[in-house]
Amino acid sequence: MDTPSQLLQLLFTGLTLGSIYALIGLALVTTFNITGILNLAQGEFVTIGALLAISLYATGLPLAAAFIIAVLLVAALGGVLERCAIQTARQASALTLIIITLGLSIFLRGLALLVWGTETYSLPAFSEGGPLFIGGAAITPQSFWIFGLTALTLAGLYAFFELTYWGKAVKAAVLNRTAARLMGINPNRLSLLAFLASGALGAAAGIFIAPVTMTTYDMGFMLGVKGFVAAVIGGLNNIGGAVLGGILLGILESFSAGLISSGLKDAFAIIILIGVLLVRPQGIIGSLKERKI
Amino acid sequence: MLLSIKSLNVYHGYVQALRNLDLDVKKGELLAILGANGAGKSTLLETLAGLHRPAQGEVMLEGKPITGKSPDYIVKHGISLVPERREIFNSLSVLDNLLLGAFHRYRSNKGTLSDDVAEIIDIFPALKGREREPAGTLSGGLQQMLAIGRGLMARPKILLLDEPSVGLAPMVVKEIMSTLAQLKNSGVTIILVEQNTGAALKVADRGFVMERGHITLGGTSQDILSDSKVQQAYLGRKRMQTAAAL
Ligand SMILES: Nc1ncnc2c1ncn2[C@@H]1O[C@H](COP(=O)(O)OP(=O)(O)O)[C@@H](O)[C@H]1O
Ligand SMILES: [Mg+2]
Repeated sequence: MDTPSQLLQLLFTGLTLGSIYALIGLALVTTFNITGILNLAQGEFVTIGALLAISLYATGLPLAAAFIIAVLLVAALGGVLERCAIQTARQASALTLIIITLGLSIFLRGLALLVWGTETYSLPAFSEGGPLFIGGAAITPQSFWIFGLTALTLAGLYAFFELTYWGKAVKAAVLNRTAARLMGINPNRLSLLAFLASGALGAAAGIFIAPVTMTTYDMGFMLGVKGFVAAVIGGLNNIGGAVLGGILLGILESFSAGLISSGLKDAFAIIILIGVLLVRPQGIIGSLKERKI
Repeated sequence: MLLSIKSLNVYHGYVQALRNLDLDVKKGELLAILGANGAGKSTLLETLAGLHRPAQGEVMLEGKPITGKSPDYIVKHGISLVPERREIFNSLSVLDNLLLGAFHRYRSNKGTLSDDVAEIIDIFPALKGREREPAGTLSGGLQQMLAIGRGLMARPKILLLDEPSVGLAPMVVKEIMSTLAQLKNSGVTIILVEQNTGAALKVADRGFVMERGHITLGGTSQDILSDSKVQQAYLGRKRMQTAAAL
């Protein structure tokens, strides 16, 4: 029954899923490298971005306006949380700071539950028209939007880090924090910047997937885990790696769900995570220990 | 007085690294600070650069207090540290390292930074042609020159150098010391921490010996060179005596 077109369909689904994980992984890796913090509330930025845009759209705003406002609001939320929860505990260990982000994630999920309840929400697709058929397999236009956002984000981050002076300054702070401080680079400001950017990126990802997923107050948790696994596969320190990791995970999930059992979908991320922790724990734990915001 | 340090006390956790340290620096001077490992020399420079917050005491730059200010404030106001072990950005290019040295004035001086880089390359011609290479691939001597060049890109009034001669061949040390002398003549005030006592005192106007967190001896380079304790402990004369006897 596994005809080539069915396999191709699984591949396309996997690529779409993988692009979403890649986006979340990108946000995690960028924040991690700049601040040394693994932001466990990243998935909640995705949820809240999507839910805000959905509510704004429901008030009659055009989709584009709802998108922009929701992205800005979640960026601001990221900034406020960084100032209130991270900056005030700056002297604490990286592990403590990560636990703080876990607390933030629970807090934001609770907030989303209060505001939006347990219902499922959705947005219309960004562009009209039916799916595109390639080799008998369908790709929805929304998938292209998602690929586009991932490609744009990757290109934007690459251009920022490789081509701009400010990007070099951020890289310098990642390479050698003390030396960067001596140049006058203020890592606390970079930390704020990282949270603003990861708020915006998370929200954008959430809004782009809202037409193809069930948006609920608690969807962020699993997305955060998947993004984390994508980042871990990529080595946690490289943006290209996070994208590859995300796409690999998406494809693995799609094939295991399609060919073996749909119950395996989420298990895969956890299995990979445990595998990486067993084989190469220093990849995660080591970098946690040596870096401090 | 360009820089005035009054009864400075600095701790690393429970370890007191500076004890009631006093030091005055005149404009245009080249000071050498000498002392054994653990005397507190690096702590002194790092505190001046804003990396440590003093528990007590005062640092005044041109009569204004800068005590406990952050490194970005201090570099903006004219003190630049070339840290121990150079701490260059290994995977960034030589050019990017130099450009980042000017971070605090990037916004206002964007247009002239490439001229400033050319000026640094004139000071250290050995860096010429290596601008695009990752800084980590340079030899130790070139990395030190790059670190000094990066420090100069901040356009400091006071340049602090922490053991620039460590691990370098005598020829390279000589070259770096003569560059420091030239910089001094061009008007930069320099505080040079060195374990290479001979090389440092050759270019310095005044020298200070630090022990256990404060200055135990100070004077013109001639005075310091002829001090018998310094000769025993730091210049390798009368070898049977150890630094501990100082
Ligand atoms: N980060 C630190 N934590 C704890 N103690 C430190 C730290 N840095 C320096 N010290 C201690 O402070 C004292 C002065 O060190 P330092 O300033 O590096 O001396 P020097 O540069 O003269 O070798 C030493 O006793 C050293 O062990
Ligand atoms: Mg030292």
